[in-house]
Amino acid sequence: MSLNPFARKASLPIVDQYGAPGRGNSTFISLVTIVVILGGWWLITHLELIRPLFLPSPEMVISKFNKIACTSHYTEVFLVFIGALDEVSAPCHGFSEHALHEHILWSLYRVFTSFFLAAITAIPIGVAMGMSRFTRGVFDPPIEFYRPIPPLAYLPLTIIWFGIGESGKIFLIYLACFAPIAINARAGVRSVSIEQIHAAYSMGASRGQVIRQVVIKAALPEILTGMRVAIAFGWTTLVAAEMVAAKAGIGVMVLNAARFLATDIVFLGIVVIGAVAFVFDLAMRRLEKSLVPWKGKV
Amino acid sequence: MATVISLSRVSMEFPALEGAGTVKALDNIDFDFRSGEFVVALGASGCGKTTLLNVIAGFLTPTSGEILNHGHPITGPGRDRGVVFQKHALLPWLNVVENTEFGLMLQGIPASERRRRAQENLSLVGLSDFQRYPIYQLSGGMQQRVGLARALTCDPDMLLMDEPLGALDAFTRENMQELILRVWKATDKVVFFITHSVEEALFMATRLVVMSPRPGRITHEYSLDFCHRFLEIGDARKIKSSTEFIRMREEILSIIHGEEVDEIADTTAAGGAP
Repeated sequence: MSLNPFARKASLPIVDQYGAPGRGNSTFISLVTIVVILGGWWLITHLELIRPLFLPSPEMVISKFNKIACTSHYTEVFLVFIGALDEVSAPCHGFSEHALHEHILWSLYRVFTSFFLAAITAIPIGVAMGMSRFTRGVFDPPIEFYRPIPPLAYLPLTIIWFGIGESGKIFLIYLACFAPIAINARAGVRSVSIEQIHAAYSMGASRGQVIRQVVIKAALPEILTGMRVAIAFGWTTLVAAEMVAAKAGIGVMVLNAARFLATDIVFLGIVVIGAVAFVFDLAMRRLEKSLVPWKGKV
Repeated sequence: MATVISLSRVSMEFPALEGAGTVKALDNIDFDFRSGEFVVALGASGCGKTTLLNVIAGFLTPTSGEILNHGHPITGPGRDRGVVFQKHALLPWLNVVENTEFGLMLQGIPASERRRRAQENLSLVGLSDFQRYPIYQLSGGMQQRVGLARALTCDPDMLLMDEPLGALDAFTRENMQELILRVWKATDKVVFFITHSVEEALFMATRLVVMSPRPGRITHEYSLDFCHRFLEIGDARKIKSSTEFIRMREEILSIIHGEEVDEIADTTAAGGAP
């Protein structure tokens, strides 16, 4: 028999009065929170405490998901493909003339095009800002000026400049992604130690080799942090970008649904936006782990 | 013995941190490094040891004076002068053997050739079994050995070591002293070694220079052969506890301590108990 009354419950969070603050695993607590929120949502809607117009029930959202995602249509397409069914009979209406996956793909296309363009321009500019006094002097004022401005504020300007086509939307998201990548790349250059640079020079490195083989690689962890922040920013800016004359997109779907007071679709859209952002972040963290395993260990 | 590096009337001034004027980190240094020497510079913090090393490495250009490398003036860092730093300065995205061959990679030497030369030097420092290790999984002593192997792989004439053992624990430090002496013997490089520890300086040097701060000058110079005796008999403790060694240690400590009293600076930097 153990003398320690806590020994059996070692996996539960025990408050250690003199330990490091916030120690221990919080996964279980988070799961409880999620269950409480979902359960509360279910309970409130089933007791009809709030009208569905303001808070649709979970079942309504799920059935809307099936309708917009054309679940039964695509199930039948699959069954026909494997030969279990003769023809597809279930219709696919989607919402705003597009099925859910088309909305998602349009949004992903906009975010990733902008993110890609931002990465290939902001990384070299950020590194150059870290390496050279002149470049830093040139780029610092515009970046620091526009960075804190909410994208909604310069949205009208992008319409005037680029019209209501795709380029304006991509430009808006591009701006949102650019600043965090450039600023982190610039800070990353600082993380290279003078000893590492001296060591490379004393082994015969040229300036170009020092930049390519030492500085950029040392800056990589922070460049990736910048990219992780940027993709989240881009996704956040998406709804603003899609406010203007977009036909498809997850942001458009939410905005159009709100116009028709289709609260269940608004809910669905919000959940999808959140889920995709969560997947982005997980993917970036994975990428970080595999590309910069030394991060935080040196 | 042929002169490898020759300093004549080398001075280095930095702008003072407070107010106008300059701080003289090096004041008219005349010194020759001859082949086969193990030169150790000893002195309190701020005496210009590291500035002297940086000037020889080519990282700093002296305010006045001339440094000749085999008769040619030094204009910048070069492969003929390898540097080992206090903090290892290895590249964490490369493993042990990739770090060791980094210099050869920069020169564009074929992969198989540079791998072979890196492995030779890793076995010289006793790290043959750790080639694939990421450097952040190595102990401090092992990281310094990789740093040494990396510098050796470029096959320099001279090794500049800026307090390479300063961050290590006492036991690792003694082992590293012996290892560095054996590597020196095996490779026949000229070594310029900086330390705060009087015992380390006496044990390792063939020539010991004591420096004093503000302005940075060489005040005393000794020719020693404790390192040769160690390489003969292989018993470091016996040498370090010999009467002659202890007498030298006290003499040098009193020199540094005397200067420290004049400077009203802390005595801990001298590396011994005050």
